[in-house]
Amino acid sequence: MEKTEMIESLIYTKPRSLQPIGTHYCPGCTHGIAHRLVAEVIDEMGIREQTIGVAPVGCAVFIYNYFDVDFAEASHGRAPAMATGIKRANPDKFVFTYQGDGDLASIGAAEILHAANRGEKISVIFINNGIYGMTGGQMAPTTIEGWKTTSSPMGRNVELHGYPIRMSEILAQIEGSAYIVRRSLHNVANIRRAKKAIRTAFEVQRMGLGLAMVELLSSCPTNWKISPDEALKVIEEKMLPVYPLGDFKVDPAIQKHGKGW
Amino acid sequence: MKKELLKGNVAFAEAAIRAGCEAYFGYPITPQTEALEHMSKRMPELGRTFIQAESEVAAINMVYGAACAGIQTMTSSSSPGVSLMMEGLSYIAGSEVPVVIVDIMRGGPGLGNIAPAQGDYNQMVKGGGHGDYRIIVLAPATIQELIDLTYEAFGLADKYRTIVAVLADGSLGQMMEPAVLPEMRPVRPVDKRPAWALTGAKGRDSHFITSIYLEPLDEEKFNQKLLETEAKIEANEVRYKELLLDDAEIAIVAFGTAGRVAQTAVKIARENGIKVGLLRPISLYPFPTDRIRRLADQVDGMLVTEMNSGQMVEDVRLAVEGRLPVSFYGRMGGVIPMPEEILDEVRKLKASITEKV
Amino acid sequence: MQTSIIISGFGGQGVLFAGQLLAYTALDNDLHVTWFPSYGPEMRGGTAHCTVIISDDEIGSPVIRNPDAAIVMNLPSLDKYEPLMLPKGVLVINTSLVDRSVARQDIDSVMVPASEIADELGNRRLANIIMLGALLQRLPFLSIEMLEKGIDAHIPERHRDMLDANLKALHRGFSEAS
Ligand SMILES: Cc1ncc(C[n+]2csc(CCOP(=O)(O)OP(=O)(O)O)c2C)c(N)n1
Ligand code: SF4
Repeated sequence: MEKTEMIESLIYTKPRSLQPIGTHYCPGCTHGIAHRLVAEVIDEMGIREQTIGVAPVGCAVFIYNYFDVDFAEASHGRAPAMATGIKRANPDKFVFTYQGDGDLASIGAAEILHAANRGEKISVIFINNGIYGMTGGQMAPTTIEGWKTTSSPMGRNVELHGYPIRMSEILAQIEGSAYIVRRSLHNVANIRRAKKAIRTAFEVQRMGLGLAMVELLSSCPTNWKISPDEALKVIEEKMLPVYPLGDFKVDPAIQKHGKGW
Repeated sequence: MKKELLKGNVAFAEAAIRAGCEAYFGYPITPQTEALEHMSKRMPELGRTFIQAESEVAAINMVYGAACAGIQTMTSSSSPGVSLMMEGLSYIAGSEVPVVIVDIMRGGPGLGNIAPAQGDYNQMVKGGGHGDYRIIVLAPATIQELIDLTYEAFGLADKYRTIVAVLADGSLGQMMEPAVLPEMRPVRPVDKRPAWALTGAKGRDSHFITSIYLEPLDEEKFNQKLLETEAKIEANEVRYKELLLDDAEIAIVAFGTAGRVAQTAVKIARENGIKVGLLRPISLYPFPTDRIRRLADQVDGMLVTEMNSGQMVEDVRLAVEGRLPVSFYGRMGGVIPMPEEILDEVRKLKASITEKV
Repeated sequence: MQTSIIISGFGGQGVLFAGQLLAYTALDNDLHVTWFPSYGPEMRGGTAHCTVIISDDEIGSPVIRNPDAAIVMNLPSLDKYEPLMLPKGVLVINTSLVDRSVARQDIDSVMVPASEIADELGNRRLANIIMLGALLQRLPFLSIEMLEKGIDAHIPERHRDMLDANLKALHRGFSEAS
């Protein structure tokens, strides 16, 4: 009884860190879920007034309208650089970026790599939906082999366009990163795990360990041109084999800390 | 050939293909993306190269490389993406390799919006990238012109070993209008590549392409060479269109979409007995300075109208040299002026001139 | 002479395609024409509109403030374009999705329950063609015969099986407005 009540309140009240308004996302888009998870974590840690977000160029460009925390809007792909500036000027604050796969893995590949390499004490929420949402469905560096997009009309040909890029695996190799994990948003159990990871990514910042990134496998029903339900299935069936979930790097200090938050 | 109803972005991409463009490198950005999408389909069909680069920085440098290898190549983008290409364009200018770029401008600065604007006149016409260089900038006002100028851009780039930019705004990228596509030219055979191209030094001295001249006198010599090219461009490549200027008392000067809107304003003004005409610069560099200077001897006043806060107007004022009033009317942020607004400005200018007389 | 038409509605109501049909048909009949869409995120789930200008002479501005004719597929479109209509302009209203009358007396309002008729014809997506049919009663330059040919020539291949339904919808709209 008590338990259901708790779940209900978790599901149905808007987190304090979100504005009480609707979003512009398409029906069934997982951006909304990701926002909510981040906001809940900020609420639970009680850090709303100490948090500064950096928005991407992508569908989440208006994220600052939905969060009730300080926010800056970066140019396409440069959020980790901008977050670096904000964090260095505010070392005691929580700074996070929220970026799509075009933003982070394509145009902004250099910025995320070097932010990680410097061990910037920021949290990165990385939305991997395998496509460019905002510009209408072009191929992303994460697009799966064979997928048809508006700029790979014959299907992604890895010989011409390269292979789907696994950013978590890459960033885990870099010494400055502290916490690099991949989660998915395709069902409730996974969403719950995603939230825990986001919490850890923010705690890593508090512990000052280095860059933390949570990659979230997400859907874009609009540009995948399927229903929201089918899209969730596609994550499970098509994306998971290419993008295995898991913890690619967990700083020993986090492990030592256990599950205390 | 038959007229087709064509969307601007598709039209210029197809025109480039028919001009013999052998490699296209780009990155998606609204309101230009349909061009990249068209290329992604057509170029592989024709056995040519299409790459969606990881960024505009990469795209322009891929173009740079392909141009050094002596093939006809291009990129296209919109304002924020073009900003990222400016370094590359400067290097390309400093290396004198021919390149075509199409910029479908949108509202700014910053991320701005995706609506049609002309706020990048200064960026394109006045250099944009660092250092002393000028590039040919062509501004179409119709889909047909967008096609024709893109088609021609490749030849001009080759002829002067320069960058040719086609500068249009979001409305030209997105609108549809009947137009005729040019005939398909074959791509340049490998053995017809320019003598300076990097193709491997088989049976000849090796050569290199660079933009570094450490010795100031050497750099100056190179700058001098660019100036000589620019003099030829200024002598040969000035383009503009005129409408009802013969008996005009007031001249409107406007380019691209603003020029089109002004054309309607001129029509309405004439119906109302106001003697106004239009000069629509097509080449923004080389600028029709002489024509404007001559026009200044004829009309009583000029009105420059642009979809920005006033950029080309500075070039008009330079040409006019203070000899007559040049007023300005601009809409910014992605707003297209309506013909009636321009007409009101014509009336205001006319009234202020009459007062002075 | 030139005439300007705005077609406006929700994204997905086929307003851009309806405008393109007018544009293609104008071109096929050697007229000058421009088709100017709303584009970008605005289209996502929101409203969409396009401006079509048809003329027997070169067209200057592809946008206009005050249209000669407008097709409004929903209430927000009516609210936006009613005040902008030129006097004597033709305003075709999809009464299925509009629950108010037209205030202006100086324009020619044509009321068509297009979504309902489309349902009756078995496909809600025909509403745009029904509205076009109604507009044709009052539109200079283009006749219903021309548009019939236009639909035949320019219906996307994947929808060719819908040709007859489209032609029927066109005529239904046409007679609705007579
Ligand atoms: C310099 C620059 N290039 C291109 C764009 C156009 N653009 C906007 S969003 C975007 C990609 C968005 O895709 P992604 O990062 O995957 O995020 P999503 O929309 O899928 O959430 C692009 C290419 C831009 N705004 N700036
Ligand atoms: S386009 Fe895709 S990523 Fe963007 S809001 Fe819609 S569903 Fe979400």
